Amino acid sequence: MLSLIVFLPILAGLVILAVPSSQKQIIRIVTLLAAIAQGVLAVLIWQGYDASLPGITAVAGGAPEGSFQFIERLPWISLDLGSFGSLNIEYFLGVDGLSITMVILTALISTIGVLSSWPIQKQVKGYFILYNLLSTAMMGCFVALDFFLFYVFWELMLLPMYFLIGIWGGPNREYAAIKFFLYTLFGSVFMLLVMIGLYFSVIDPLTGNHTFSLVAMASQENYIKDAILGPDNVMWRYAAFIVLFIGFAIKVPMFPFHTWLPDAHVEAPTPISVILAGVLLKLGTYGMMRINFPLFPEVFQASLYVIGVLGAINIIYGAFCALAQQDLKKMVAYSSISHMGYVLLGLAAANSEGMVGALYQMFNHGTITAMLFLLVGVIYDRAHTRQIDKFGGLATYMPVYAAVVTIAWFASLGLPGLSGFISEAFVFVGAFSSETTRNIAIVSVLGIVFGAAYLLWSLQRMFLGKRKPDAAYDLETGADGHEHIHFHDWKGKLDLDARELVMLVPLAIIVIFLGIYPMPVIGMMTSSINKLVEVLSPVVMTALY
Amino acid sequence: MFQLPSGAEIQSIIATLKSGVGFFVPEIYLSVLFMLLIVVDLTVKGRKNNLLASLTALGLAASFFLIYQQHALEPGEIFFGMYVLDEFALFFKYFFVLSGILAVMVSVADEQLNRQVQSIGEYYALIVAMVVGMIMMASSADLLMMFLSMELVGLTAYVLTGYLKNDLRSAEAALKYLVYGAVSSGLMVYGFSLIYGLTAETNIVKISAELAQHGYDPVVMILASLLILAGFGYKIGAVPFHFWSPDVYEGAPTPITAYLSVGSKAAGFAILMRFFYVAIPHGGEPYQDIAGLDWLMLLILLSIASMIYGNVVALWQTNVKRLLAYSSIAHAGYALLGIIVMDKLGIQATLFYLLSYLLMNIGAFYVVILIANRTGSEKLEDYRGLGRKMPLAGAALTVFLISLVGLPPTIGFIGKLMIFSALLAKGSVYIWLALIGVLTSVISLYYYMLIPLNMYLRDSLHPDENKDRTGMVHQVAIAVLMMLTIYFGLFFQPLTDFAKASSSMLGLTIY
Repeated sequence: MLSLIVFLPILAGLVILAVPSSQKQIIRIVTLLAAIAQGVLAVLIWQGYDASLPGITAVAGGAPEGSFQFIERLPWISLDLGSFGSLNIEYFLGVDGLSITMVILTALISTIGVLSSWPIQKQVKGYFILYNLLSTAMMGCFVALDFFLFYVFWELMLLPMYFLIGIWGGPNREYAAIKFFLYTLFGSVFMLLVMIGLYFSVIDPLTGNHTFSLVAMASQENYIKDAILGPDNVMWRYAAFIVLFIGFAIKVPMFPFHTWLPDAHVEAPTPISVILAGVLLKLGTYGMMRINFPLFPEVFQASLYVIGVLGAINIIYGAFCALAQQDLKKMVAYSSISHMGYVLLGLAAANSEGMVGALYQMFNHGTITAMLFLLVGVIYDRAHTRQIDKFGGLATYMPVYAAVVTIAWFASLGLPGLSGFISEAFVFVGAFSSETTRNIAIVSVLGIVFGAAYLLWSLQRMFLGKRKPDAAYDLETGADGHEHIHFHDWKGKLDLDARELVMLVPLAIIVIFLGIYPMPVIGMMTSSINKLVEVLSPVVMTALY
Repeated sequence: MFQLPSGAEIQSIIATLKSGVGFFVPEIYLSVLFMLLIVVDLTVKGRKNNLLASLTALGLAASFFLIYQQHALEPGEIFFGMYVLDEFALFFKYFFVLSGILAVMVSVADEQLNRQVQSIGEYYALIVAMVVGMIMMASSADLLMMFLSMELVGLTAYVLTGYLKNDLRSAEAALKYLVYGAVSSGLMVYGFSLIYGLTAETNIVKISAELAQHGYDPVVMILASLLILAGFGYKIGAVPFHFWSPDVYEGAPTPITAYLSVGSKAAGFAILMRFFYVAIPHGGEPYQDIAGLDWLMLLILLSIASMIYGNVVALWQTNVKRLLAYSSIAHAGYALLGIIVMDKLGIQATLFYLLSYLLMNIGAFYVVILIANRTGSEKLEDYRGLGRKMPLAGAALTVFLISLVGLPPTIGFIGKLMIFSALLAKGSVYIWLALIGVLTSVISLYYYMLIPLNMYLRDSLHPDENKDRTGMVHQVAIAVLMMLTIYFGLFFQPLTDFAKASSSMLGLTIY
């Protein structure tokens, strides 16, 4: 099941390889079908998922069964290393409460990304092959439970992303693409070293061999005491935690490693922005929750304050930057940075409320930001500009668009009744109830105010009032005596067309529904989050050391 | 006073030589092939480039069978300790024959070479001669034999580098190669003579025993190590013995560049490992050094310098061959990391790394040749827009370059993984080396990606709408190399097992 959901896009990619590049429609439909099939599988997995099982670590005795679900575990490579035993790499997939929400999110966003890619005309075949490769890599990252496998999927994302930004991006795409590539690779090469170090430090209790299994690594009793990343080597454990954290933080992206994101977003085509903000950024925080924190819990406990402060900086700095942007897409990009800060803050709280809030925020940010970028894409397609001050009074002329924008914008600023509110509330409840992060939470609340400021201000400037003199469109009086607007070379429907509605309406429904009744998502994650909090708790660790 | 050996003694010498011949079959066969190629070249009239190429490739491929048969033989010394047969040597026999075959394949692909050169006969014969020389480098157990085999490789390489007689760059490259080669050989022989002075032996196993028994002056030893490293370092192209390589790589016919970058470099690694691992002690009782400075420390410095210098200088290159030349300096640095570890895992990692480098670097040069056939240039700016005109070649080159960076799922990633695993298996001692390794590989991403950047992200400077006219054979060949690069990145067990089985060396003093 999980293999299928991971490799379906690659299969679609192989089919596309055989399709002549002139058959653009077939190529699009094949990709769409694969994405929809992925979605169906995600729903099936969701239906079959037992929310009471904890995940995170193995059950007592070391077996992942009974803790993880939909496990697929095959020996992949077994290398004899002489005196170091054997190097065992497994093809090990499985889901728990952390990953299942992300699997559903990935399937959803990938499907919407395909629809959003429909108008792309340049090198369609190459585009969709890379898109499918990216889709497989993302899904693989979320379900891999072997560090080696995770790393392969993690790095596999980079190349397609580089080309998708580099070939189909905006004018400054070369710079943005290589910057993205270099930043992420810089983070992940350290991950490689930590991965090798962990391998030599961890023993799988079931087999007695060294292992790459993240499940075994998540239990501190599986570490060899004097190994390089064993409990005795405090210095290297701190170093490993820090470099892993930086590696994942680059992906989040966390201040001060965030500068690649606005560049990448501004240059990337709309669907790639959607994927980037909707799924890729989540991989950073997912990696922290799956790998970085549970593997080094004592270092995590020691760094709560720092992580919290970094989260707060992200929230406030991102909001300030967003406030200053003239380019709508850049504003949304900075708002992403700001909103991912809430995730970090929730993680720093290190309690169930904060962690649930963080994971729920990841899901909500995925859906909401996908909407934001799609909506930016809608107006950019029509006006060929994203300058906020080139618009004005759009609500009168594009009422449906304005309505969807309003939902998305308000969801983003955390209006009660929409999903973003619940996750941010949880984050703040969690951060406030932890003594370490209480003061940080108090400061971070300001972020909501600034968030409201830039979102409402942009909404006002673009949609309310009248057409500005230098606007990107003309006013015409139609035959019926009403005023219409006219974009210079836009032939399509003025307001949202059917394809755009198909992308946006389901997201809007999800955002509203999960704002009223969040339990379908939160219910899946609670037992895993509780387990994670337990694994990370100082009490458990004192018992171990 | 010189005494003639008695009849019985002569009989026993002949018997020893005869018994050794059985261990020497592939080398004899390849020497015969070398002469056969010259004869065919002289006797057959007309244009015979393809005939000679296929004869060479088939002849080389046939030697796999002879090498395979040697697995049945007991590892041991032959010819009075001049030469050895062990798993380590066998690994390199396969390796060099394979690199020879690949070199022939890329030579056939190179239109420039086949157009400019009047008589291609000696060209292929020299490739075979170089294979013999490299095999002998990997199997020599005696200082004299080491020197002779290195000269055999060197001399054939000088001629091959200058093979484009009408091309000034090619001639310049050959001359530079020769001058640097002569200097470094001289230094190396001086180093050998110091070792001989210390031990009065030329066989490396006996040298090791002699040094262990009688001890040595650490100053002389470090000097000898440094001088000998000049010779080996020149072959592997490590900083600071690399000065020849950018010019030679740029000037030589591209197939020879590819061949030198994998073949002669790997031969340098083979001889370096065998000499230092077997002959010169490190650690333990008889071991002495001055303030921690010994050959291992020299290798560490060489490795760091190569990784940093190669990767950083490559950033400014605008010629793809030159860029790959600097990157090959960096790769020498990475492969040295495996030697520094001084254990079987390290040897295994180095051998695997060389295999991975063979595959991906020959692949990269193959595509460079196909592109040069079309554009007549190796300049980066002439790669613009090629991705769409040569889709398969573009995709393959991207895969090879990603592999050279060391990203999964390619064989290059596994090579780096093995090297770093070997370093970290030693605990925290070599973490700093591993850090330099990974950081410089991030730098390498930038310049390697310059090539896909030009191929895919930029539009062509000179619009030409010619169809891709690369021959079917070459399309298939690069597709196969590309798939192997990915396949062995996912299922690398056969190769790593092979590398492990090959890590046993006769007279190995490390653990």
